[in-house]
Amino acid sequence: MKTRNPWLARICALTLMGSAIVQADEAIDAHNVNAFWGVSAEKLEYRYSDSDEKLAVIETDAWYGSDELKFRWQFTGEWEENHNAWETLENQFLAQTPISEFWDAKAGIRIDTPEGPDRVYGVIGLTGLAPYWFEIDTNLYVSDKGDASVDFEAEYELLITNYWIVSATFETLLAFSEDREIGVGKGINSTEVGLRLSYDLIDRAFSPYVGVVHERKYGDTADFARASGGGTEDWFAVVGARLAF
Amino acid sequence: MTRRLITVTLALFLPAIGMAGEYDLTVDRVKIDTGDFVKEGIGYNGSSPGPTLRFKEGEDVVINVTNNLKETTSIHWHGLILPFEQDGVPGISFPGIKPGETFTYRFPVVQAGTYWYHSHSGFQEPNGAYGAIIIEPEGREPFRYDREYVVQLTDKHPHSGDRIMRNLKSSPDYYNRQQQTVMDFFTESREQGFMATLHDRRMWGQMRMMKADIEDVQGFTGLINGKGPEQNWTGLFKPGERVRLRFINSSAMTYFDIRIPGLKMTVVQADGNNVQPVNVDEFRIGVAETYDVIVHIRDEQAYTIFAESMGRSGYARGTLAPREGMVAEVPELRKAPMLTMADMAGHMDHGDMDHGSMNHGGMDHGAMDHSSMNHGSMDQGSMNHAGMDHSAHGGGMPEDPFYASGSGLLPTASNGGKFLSYSDLRAQSPLYEEREPTREIEMRLTGNMERYEWSINGVKYEDADPVVLQYGERVRFKFVNETMMTHPMHLHGMWSILDVGAGKWNPIKHVISVAPATTVYMETEVDAPGEWAFHCHLSYHAAAGMFRKIVVEGGPNEDVASGDAQAKGGDA
Repeated sequence: MKTRNPWLARICALTLMGSAIVQADEAIDAHNVNAFWGVSAEKLEYRYSDSDEKLAVIETDAWYGSDELKFRWQFTGEWEENHNAWETLENQFLAQTPISEFWDAKAGIRIDTPEGPDRVYGVIGLTGLAPYWFEIDTNLYVSDKGDASVDFEAEYELLITNYWIVSATFETLLAFSEDREIGVGKGINSTEVGLRLSYDLIDRAFSPYVGVVHERKYGDTADFARASGGGTEDWFAVVGARLAF
Repeated sequence: MTRRLITVTLALFLPAIGMAGEYDLTVDRVKIDTGDFVKEGIGYNGSSPGPTLRFKEGEDVVINVTNNLKETTSIHWHGLILPFEQDGVPGISFPGIKPGETFTYRFPVVQAGTYWYHSHSGFQEPNGAYGAIIIEPEGREPFRYDREYVVQLTDKHPHSGDRIMRNLKSSPDYYNRQQQTVMDFFTESREQGFMATLHDRRMWGQMRMMKADIEDVQGFTGLINGKGPEQNWTGLFKPGERVRLRFINSSAMTYFDIRIPGLKMTVVQADGNNVQPVNVDEFRIGVAETYDVIVHIRDEQAYTIFAESMGRSGYARGTLAPREGMVAEVPELRKAPMLTMADMAGHMDHGDMDHGSMNHGGMDHGAMDHSSMNHGSMDQGSMNHAGMDHSAHGGGMPEDPFYASGSGLLPTASNGGKFLSYSDLRAQSPLYEEREPTREIEMRLTGNMERYEWSINGVKYEDADPVVLQYGERVRFKFVNETMMTHPMHLHGMWSILDVGAGKWNPIKHVISVAPATTVYMETEVDAPGEWAFHCHLSYHAAAGMFRKIVVEGGPNEDVASGDAQAKGGDA
């Protein structure tokens, strides 16, 4: 990891948390409780592909705030074992507020510092619960190079029992312009479909899982990947755990 | 004659001498052992529950409360009529009791019956800070019994209150392990048909509501007087005795359905006030309510006191026995109930208030039972006044005006016998003269389950102005439950006269439970100046914002104004 950007990340985090703590101090005397926090890892897993690719994937989320305003730090990292490098290293710092019964709007910045060129993005997004219990998260990013992209994630949890849960996920990334330096082509970049079977071992705090993930790259993005010696389609077996504190 | 003279003389002297009971309570960190788990918690005089306080009607009590915790504490005397500065709500009645401090409560005891006390600070009450109060009446009671026991229930959870609240805020279904599964889908498909089941899931899925949303906080161990089901609290009796059981529900979140298989129970008191006796096989006790029942036990055998939680996720168990160590069979938990569309009616009818995003057009009205959704069935309280005889027009389904018609929560007795309803309750002797209310105040009970937000009229406590009442008013409160949860509403300092359509015989309570999609009325004689709390007694609903400050302006003498307006402060 490089040092300069993590520092930037820390400063951003402190600024956001600082303003939240001031709020909490005012709230301490109120009759009810109105500031909370949560730390979770939605994915903490090892992926092993049919083409011998090995990845460690981490997705964490930490938040602090009230019903009206939450501050979030979301981290996504993909460590590629074969190259000993972070293929993805992404930090998002967001403020989030409800806009309807089931939906929240969010805005903030995203800082990408993987192996290769870095990017900083402005983010606006929407997250919430769609009818039939689909959890949706979608964001519009504009990078410091002026490129815009949209990602979309949907998750559905199927309860086999109240402890054995199958979660189906779908993710896609769509770019409005090309950013060849970081391997992004115009149009649909990639899709990732996952199916994970988990068991709630300790409350909802520790839930180990196994599953399969299918990743595919499209169009120019696929060409860029091939050009740099990477694959464009992979099936992974995954093993990991979901954590929540 | 001489005897009467002595009595009169005593009566004259007693108020002056020896009628001031003095009590000392310390607030301590304690270990709570439920038999299932051991948990650090909060108690009084070194134990949880704390000691049972016995007062006498007419005495002045002095209670010294010493805080041995590292945080502020308070004690609220639940259901007691007293000066508002003695009510023990930090930020409303007083600033709270700081660590190391001793606060002396002083108030006259002006009532009799079964009550309880608990901390009103943070989540100290769910963490163990509660105890029972028995007040002996001045006069003779209209029923007799040979011995009595307090049966104080709670829903002790392995997680601390703070952690439960945080988990609920992160994920409102965190503790719900009764959600419908794929397995349930198959079972139901076999029973009701695949299309019907699919249709049912589609409707609930469209609304993003769960039928299994009855108990927010599962995973508790039900305790009776601090003892878990395995530890089996036992009350002894001699065959032939009448035993008075003073049931108190001190749970944070859990309603219990209580029965003693093999025994009829005669309900003689509700929330500390005598009611005209009702014989029942089973009754539901809302959070913070009390019911006194008398059982006449003829046989020399053991009986199980079985208290199943309303959502059947847990239970408390105790035993009545002629000898220590005797036990009776412990029944199985019955099948968990499910909410129905009828329970959702309040939420849907008022969907436009706070729930702009709900797509009414997209809802499949054709499949819903319209008869259970109309306003007629929601306005149950008002139907009662008309003196309607509900039993007369009952079809196949049993009805209770305090549940939505077709509600999944409507209880039935396990032996097919009598289950107590609010509509069975009649005051033994009215406390107030009957008169027309001077005004009506509507309180819509509102919330958002997905965000775990709870409010009144769509506004949380932190954003709300106090409700201002005038001394001498008789206010009619209209509770409209627009959520799919049951809320036990508790007004401090003044009685809640529950409208069951019995006029001056309406029962006098301190907690009014309001089932989903129902409207319930209560009337209050505003006879206590000062500032009072009013809230849902489910700990995590109150903390989320289903709470109000009530200010009573004026007083018997006009100069006893509303009490110095204290700064909004203190903790829950």
